[in-house]
Amino acid sequence: MRIGVVTFPGSLDDGDAARAARIAGAEAVRLWHGDPDLHGVDAVVLPGGFSYGDYLRCGAIARFAPVMESIIDAARGGLPVLGICNGFQVLCEAHLLPGALTRNQHLHFRNRDQWLKVESTGTAWTNNFTPGQEILIPVKNGEGCFVADTRTLDALEAEGRVIARYIKGNPNGSQRDIAGITNEAGNVVGIMPHPEHAVEALTGPSLDGLGFFTSVLRSLAKDGQLAGGQQ
Amino acid sequence: MTTQQSGFAATDVLATGSDEPDTVERAEKSPEELQPYADLGLKDDEYAKIREILGRRPTASELAMYSIMWSEHCSYKSSKVHLKQFSEKAPQNTRMLAGIGENAGVVQISDEIAVTFKVESHNHPSYVEPYQGAATGVGGIVRDILAMGARPIAVMDPLRFGAHDHPDTARVLPGVVAGIGGYGNCLGLPNIGGEIVFDPCYQGNPLVNALSIGVLPVERLQKKEATGTGNIVVLLGARTGRDGIGGVSVLASATFDEEAEQRRPSVQVGDPFMEKLLIESCLELYDAGLVSGIQDLGGAGLTCALTETAAAAGTGMRVWLERVPLREASMSPTEILASESQERMLLIVTPENLDAVLKVAEKWGVWATAIGEVTAASADGTPGRLHITWNDHVVVDVPPGSLADDGPVYNRPIREPNDVMLLQADRAETLPRPSTGDALRETVLRMAASPNLCDKTWVTEQYDRYVLGNTILAQPEDSGVLRIDEETGLGVALSVDGNGRFARLDPYEGAKLALAEAYRNVAVTGAEPVAVTDCLNFGSPEDPHVMWQFAEACRALADGCLELGTPVTGGNVSFYNQTGAAAIHPTPVVGVLGVFDDVARRVPMGFPRPAKAGGDLLFLLGETRVELSGSEWAWVTHNHLGGRPPKVDLAAEQALGRVMAQASKSGLVSAAHDLSDGGLAQVLVESTLRHGVGAKVTFPEDGNSPFVHLFSESAGRALVAVPRGHDKAFLALVAEHGVPVTPLGVTSEEAALQVEGQFIIPLEELRTAWSATLRDLFGGPAEMAAPAAAAAEESTPVTSGEVRSVTLELSPQAPGGPIEPPA
Repeated sequence: MRIGVVTFPGSLDDGDAARAARIAGAEAVRLWHGDPDLHGVDAVVLPGGFSYGDYLRCGAIARFAPVMESIIDAARGGLPVLGICNGFQVLCEAHLLPGALTRNQHLHFRNRDQWLKVESTGTAWTNNFTPGQEILIPVKNGEGCFVADTRTLDALEAEGRVIARYIKGNPNGSQRDIAGITNEAGNVVGIMPHPEHAVEALTGPSLDGLGFFTSVLRSLAKDGQLAGGQQ
Repeated sequence: MTTQQSGFAATDVLATGSDEPDTVERAEKSPEELQPYADLGLKDDEYAKIREILGRRPTASELAMYSIMWSEHCSYKSSKVHLKQFSEKAPQNTRMLAGIGENAGVVQISDEIAVTFKVESHNHPSYVEPYQGAATGVGGIVRDILAMGARPIAVMDPLRFGAHDHPDTARVLPGVVAGIGGYGNCLGLPNIGGEIVFDPCYQGNPLVNALSIGVLPVERLQKKEATGTGNIVVLLGARTGRDGIGGVSVLASATFDEEAEQRRPSVQVGDPFMEKLLIESCLELYDAGLVSGIQDLGGAGLTCALTETAAAAGTGMRVWLERVPLREASMSPTEILASESQERMLLIVTPENLDAVLKVAEKWGVWATAIGEVTAASADGTPGRLHITWNDHVVVDVPPGSLADDGPVYNRPIREPNDVMLLQADRAETLPRPSTGDALRETVLRMAASPNLCDKTWVTEQYDRYVLGNTILAQPEDSGVLRIDEETGLGVALSVDGNGRFARLDPYEGAKLALAEAYRNVAVTGAEPVAVTDCLNFGSPEDPHVMWQFAEACRALADGCLELGTPVTGGNVSFYNQTGAAAIHPTPVVGVLGVFDDVARRVPMGFPRPAKAGGDLLFLLGETRVELSGSEWAWVTHNHLGGRPPKVDLAAEQALGRVMAQASKSGLVSAAHDLSDGGLAQVLVESTLRHGVGAKVTFPEDGNSPFVHLFSESAGRALVAVPRGHDKAFLALVAEHGVPVTPLGVTSEEAALQVEGQFIIPLEELRTAWSATLRDLFGGPAEMAAPAAAAAEESTPVTSGEVRSVTLELSPQAPGGPIEPPA
C-alpha cells in the first residue's frame, strides 16, 4: 500500500512521516506541493513544519497549493488523510476539519513527551488503538491551541469525533484538552502531536505513534479501498 | 564613536555631495579628500596601508570594504598570532578533510560519510536585539555548514547571561531563547544541547554561541574557490536590504558604551523560511554537480564572499552591482556591499550550468541572479583584481587578497593581571562548610534549585529536539547523540562546555578544563572523541590583561588538543565582550565531536528502572580531591570566586574515555553521567530525577568528608550504574585501564535520594526544588494564565476571534515589543 507524504516549501517532518509509513509496512510516496497528481496513493499524510513559512496564518497558504486541490477532492471521496501539526492546521484552513489552531496560550513553542487518551477508534487512522488507550507521543508546536465555538465543540463530542485528548497536562491550552479530531466520515484526521516521532525505540519516547500508520493500512485492507477504486 | 549604520549609508553622499557614487576615477583626481576612516573603525596606519596598496585613496565603497574585512571580527588581526598554534601543534589525524580557514572543519567518520561542525558567537547582536540577534546567529552558523556541502542536521547553543534576577536578564534571556527556537524550529533542525549559565560578569555582554553540525557524502565536499575564468558569479537567496549594515565592524569589533541601543539597525533580521529553501536548493545543486565554488554570506556580506572566493583561487572578478536584487531600490553601492542581509549564498557556476542552476532556484522559489564573472589572473601570475561597477561607475578596483588575506596582524601587548595572584590566594577550600546531615540536605536542595544547576526544561522545551527523527540523546543528557546512518547505526556525539569562573582564576587551566569536560561528556556516552571546535569569548584585545588571558587559553587548547589527539577543526573568536572597563570572565567554549560505530550502544545519564532486585550498582570513576575553588558551591553559598581551579589530567580523561567506550561496547553499564558543575550532588540529582529512580549512596572512609564527596568539582570523574552480574567484568575493565574506582551504593526502587548516615530527600521534594526556578524567573504571567483560560471555556461560549484577542493581550514577549534600556 502506498502512503503519500506531501512536501510543501517549509515542511519539516516530511521525512519522518515517510519513515513512519515505511516502518508500518507501507510504501512511502513523496508528493510535491506544486504537482496536483496524487500518483495513485492510497492515503495521504500532511506533515509538520511551517508550510510557506506560515507568516500569514498557519496553513493559510498551503490550502491553496495545487496538490491540496486534489487532496480536498479525494478526501471528500473517502481518501484517508492524516494532518499532523502543520498538516492539522492545513486541514482546518481547507475546511476539511472544523475549528482552528491558535497560538499556545502560554505563548511559547513547547516540545515535550505528551500523554494522550485515544477517544475514538472508529477512524481510518485510529482503528488499531483501543478506546481509552493511553499513549505517549511528542508534542511540539507554537500554535497548537485548538479552538472552536461551543456548538462545534459539543457536536464534535456528541458525534465521537474527538479522536484524542491531552491527559496529565494540556501543553497548549486547547479547548476541552482536544489533541485531535476527525471529519464526519472518519477518513480525515488532524492531530497536533507527532505520531511519526514515536515509531522507533531508539529515537522516540514510545512506539505508540505507529498505531496511526498501522490503522490506515488495516482500514485500507479491510475496505479494499485501494487507489484503483479512487481513480 | 558616533557613526551608526548611517556611516555607511552616508559615505557615498559625503564623498561626492551628489547622487553620483564615489568612483575610482574621482578617487584618483581627489587624493586629498578627507575620508571618515576613523568612524569606520580603521586606525591611521591601517588607512595609510590601504592607500599604499591601491596607490591612491580608496573610494567610499573600497573604504567600507577594507573597514569591514580588516575589522577584528573578519581579519582575526589580534588573535591570528595565537590561533596559529592550533595548526602548528595539531595532532596527526587522517579523518580531517578540511580544517581551519574553511567555513567549517570536516571530519570523515566512515568510508563514505563525513560530518562538519563549528561553533560561532553572535554575542553583541543578541544583547542589542535578543530575538533577531540569536535567530541570525543560528542562521549564520547553519550556512557555514551548508557551504561545506553538508546537510545541516542539528544545532546546539551555549548561552551565558547576567545575574538571573537582574531586570535586563528578563529582557535578554526570553528573547534569545525565543530567537534560537524561532529560527531553528522553523528550519527543521533539532536542538540537541547547549549550556545556560548565569553570572553577573555577563550582564552587559551576554554570550550567545551557536553550534551546528551537518553531514555529507565525502565526495560532495564543496570548495569556496572562484576558479575558472569566465565562470558565472551567482547570488542565491534573499534580496539584499539595509539590515545589518556594518554589523561586524560596528557591533562585533568594539566595546559597548551607552549608545548600544542606537545600534539596533546594525542587527540583521532573519527569515528562517528563506533559509530552509536555500538549504534545499543548495543541496539539490550539489547533488546535481552544478556548483564549482560556494561561499555563504554572513558577517561582511557580499564584500567578504566576493573577496574570499576570488582570493582563495587567485583569480579576479568582474561584478555588476546594480544586478543585485534589492529590498530597497535606493541603496547605494557601498550599502549593497556592506549589507549583512541573511539567507544568501554566493555560487560560482560554469556558463553551461547557469540555466540548470536558475531552474533549481525557481523550483524552490529562491532568487538567483548572475551578478558577475570570474576573471583571469595576470599573465605574470599575479592574482586578478576585483572590479565592481554600479551603473557603469567603477566603484571598486582592488586586489581581493589585500582584503581577505593581507589585513593587519597585531602582536598585541600581553600582561598578566596583577590581581591573579591575589585571586588565587583566596581559596574556597577555606570557606565554612556544612557538616551535619541536615545542613548537607539543605545544601543539596539549595544547589539543585540554583540558577546554573536547576532544571533547564523551561528553555529546552522551546526547541524542537525530534525533527529529522535521528535524535538519540538531547539535552539534558551529557552529549547530544545523533544517528547518521539508519542502516548501520553510525552516529556522532557532541558536547559544548566552558567554565568562565575557572578560566578567570587560571585561563590556561580553565581552557583545558573546558576541553576536558566536553571530551568527557562525549566519552561517557561511549563515543570516541575525534575533533574539536572552539568559540573564544573574551574582553577587549586592546587590554593587555585580556590579551594575556586569550594567549593562555589558546596555548592551553593547542596543548590539550595535541595531547588528546583531537585537532581543532575551526571556530571563532569574539573579542570586545566588555562594557566600559569591565571585561567578561574569559570564556573559551569548547565543542567536542565523538563518533559511534553504532548509536544503539550509547549510554544515557538517567538511572533506569533496575532489572534486578536490589538495584544497579553505582561506581564513581576517577579521583575526588578537595577542590572547591571556582566551584558552583562556593559561588552559590558564599558568592565566592577565588583560589585555583581543579587540576586537569588529560591522560586520566583518556583512560576514563577508554573504559567508557569499552563498557558501552560490552554492554556493561546502564547509565553514566559526567561530574562537573555542582559535583557528585548534582549528578545524583539529575540521574535520579531523569526517570524517577532513587539511589542509596554510602561514602567510603577515605579521608574526604561527605561534603567534599558531594560538592568537590575534581575533573576526570563519572558516576556509572552497572547492572548486577556485570560488576566483575566492569571492575576488571577499570583495573585494566588504571582508573580509580569507588563503590558508592545502589539505585533504588524507593523514590528518594539517600546518603547513608546523612540525609534522605524524597525525589518529589528534590524535583520541586530543581524544576521551579527558571519558570518562576522567566515564565511570566502567561504561564500561570494558560490552565485557567482553558478551564474557563466550559462555562463561557468563546469564538476563535475572542480567544485570539486574549492571546494578544497576554503577549509580553512579542517581537517588536518595548525594549528596556540596557543596564
